[in-house]
Amino acid sequence: MEKFTKLSGIAAPLPLINVDTDMIIPKQFLKTIKRSGLGVHLFDEMRHDDAGNEIPDFVLNKPQYRDAQILVAGENFGCGSSREHAPWAIRDFGIRCVIAPSFADIFYNNCFKNGILPITLPQAQVDVLMREAEKGANARIEVDLEAQTVSTSEGEVFAFEVDAFKKHCLLEGLDDIGLTLAKAAAIDTFEAQAAQARPWV
Amino acid sequence: MSPKTLYDKIWDAHVVHEDADGTCLLYIDRHLVHEVTSPQAFEGLRMAGRSVRAPDKTIAVPDHNVPTTEGREDPAQMTEESRIQVEALDRNARDFGIHYYPVSDIRQGIVHIVGPEQGWTLPGMTVVCGDSHTATHGAFGALAHGIGTSEVEHVLATQTLIQKKSKNMKVEITGKLRPGVTAKDITLSVIGATGTAGGTGHVIEYCGEAIRDLSMEGRMTVCNMAIEGGARAGLIAPDEKTFAYIKGRPHAPKGAQWEAAMAWWKTLFSDEGAHWDKVVTLRGEDIAPVVTWGTSPEDVLPITASVPAPEDFTGGKVEAARRALDYMGLTPGQKLSDVEIDTVFIGSCTNGRIEDLRAAAEILKGRKIAVKRAMVVPGSGLVRAQAEEEGLADIFREAGFEWRLAGCSMCLAMNPDQLAPGERCAATSNRNFEGRQGRGGRTHLMSPAMAAAAAVTGRLTDVREMM
Repeated sequence: MEKFTKLSGIAAPLPLINVDTDMIIPKQFLKTIKRSGLGVHLFDEMRHDDAGNEIPDFVLNKPQYRDAQILVAGENFGCGSSREHAPWAIRDFGIRCVIAPSFADIFYNNCFKNGILPITLPQAQVDVLMREAEKGANARIEVDLEAQTVSTSEGEVFAFEVDAFKKHCLLEGLDDIGLTLAKAAAIDTFEAQAAQARPWV
Repeated sequence: MSPKTLYDKIWDAHVVHEDADGTCLLYIDRHLVHEVTSPQAFEGLRMAGRSVRAPDKTIAVPDHNVPTTEGREDPAQMTEESRIQVEALDRNARDFGIHYYPVSDIRQGIVHIVGPEQGWTLPGMTVVCGDSHTATHGAFGALAHGIGTSEVEHVLATQTLIQKKSKNMKVEITGKLRPGVTAKDITLSVIGATGTAGGTGHVIEYCGEAIRDLSMEGRMTVCNMAIEGGARAGLIAPDEKTFAYIKGRPHAPKGAQWEAAMAWWKTLFSDEGAHWDKVVTLRGEDIAPVVTWGTSPEDVLPITASVPAPEDFTGGKVEAARRALDYMGLTPGQKLSDVEIDTVFIGSCTNGRIEDLRAAAEILKGRKIAVKRAMVVPGSGLVRAQAEEEGLADIFREAGFEWRLAGCSMCLAMNPDQLAPGERCAATSNRNFEGRQGRGGRTHLMSPAMAAAAAVTGRLTDVREMM
């Protein structure tokens, strides 16, 4: 997995609550058997009209946000379907960090498996970042995972919380499966005990 | 020993390893797999030269993409991409030696209906699937939740998940339900009360007399939508109804193993005095037949209510409601029972079981539909066969419904069953998100009986007027 350490980039404002994963990547794009190439379909039904043309008003279609690396959004971001195609599409577009007052569980976990840092901040701080993001390309937001801070171009700094293990994996770009397989002996032991205790499983 | 919740007990029985910071390696007893969220996981295994650790605990079935019309074995019925996905599952199931129910098998159906039906889902188990509605299996007192594709690969390779424990939330539904009120009305009303993020970070245990009174089918409907309330999982403690449902199913324990299993299953309840991080209580008597008006499952109102105005809300919900009303083509103050519909969809992992079809057929008996299109998509081939045997299929057909083959169908519209832009649907599924049932399609969620009533009148309808 790609490491995440520091990021300084343009933030796109998406001031909507309950952005669901159907919105992030509609089902017609789930028919792929690959992880790559979904960025062009990110937010497809908000970004493109019926004929497939860009809707100029949508934030990611505006010239100043086409290279956004950060997304600032409303509460309960990523709710609904467990589709990992949502973080795949976000990452493929070029976004590596999503900032919101809250996230849905499955989406939040999926981000960490794909080199994306989801940051939870209080609503008032997200409001500040949203206003900052609305300034466009001149306002770069800085994210430092090691220090656990988000900084605005005005010099405001917000600290955020992140699970220590998830942070470690993201900083080092670690593969979960490899880490778990290193504990294969513990899994063997558990299985042997479970086979005694609950043989019907 | 300090009192434990049901969640605590199942969790404790599955911890393989715990780190100092509370990060756990949790053993997974059942891994359900479908064609949409698994191809990349199997590809990952192949690339790393890994195998499936416990193929005997891994069960696959194609459901999301499959057509639900007759003759669907003909590949021409699927788009090329869908066909490739289903064929990839065929191949992966064969190559990795996992249990598999192909489209041609009568046991094929929606993964969350097939699991319990075949006895794969048992009390006290950990169950995962690359699908958020895995919460359904919680109805058996199994800790069941959805995972992403990276985690699917992790479970395939290690039969474990890296997890931190969630908080405990109790949702109690006291007393009796009134006539015309069903499990779907309970689960939607809970989401209406707590919001789509009300359960975030929690595992919900549903309890109380109204939950105890539900059949296993009804309990599955309730737990199915725990995810729509933001919860990681929904649970209901197993009881005699649970054991009676399981007994004799193909993969349920038998003989001495059944007795041993029962001895443990009977300990699976929340102890008196157990700690709850959050408690929500609803009176069963207060729950009415409900429908959704907006584009979030929390946009729930009794059928007797009127469409709300954005100003009725606060915070980010004002703008969300404005956007939802615009998308849904509704006007504040409009009576919900005046909203005309075009299509009715009965099915999905929420409401595609035999009891759901019985409830809808009860309303439809001797009546005709007044909508452009109505379809019933049974949750599995076995549900379909049983409904035919009970004469339900004839009732649906005579009323004007299409009688389909099993699959996810119009719940997420990955197969050819989709709404046209602007088309309005009374649906028994679980999500009313923008574009969920087809770009521009408008979804109102409700119970099977309410959907049947809507089919007959051509508008959102209080089923109690037809009982």
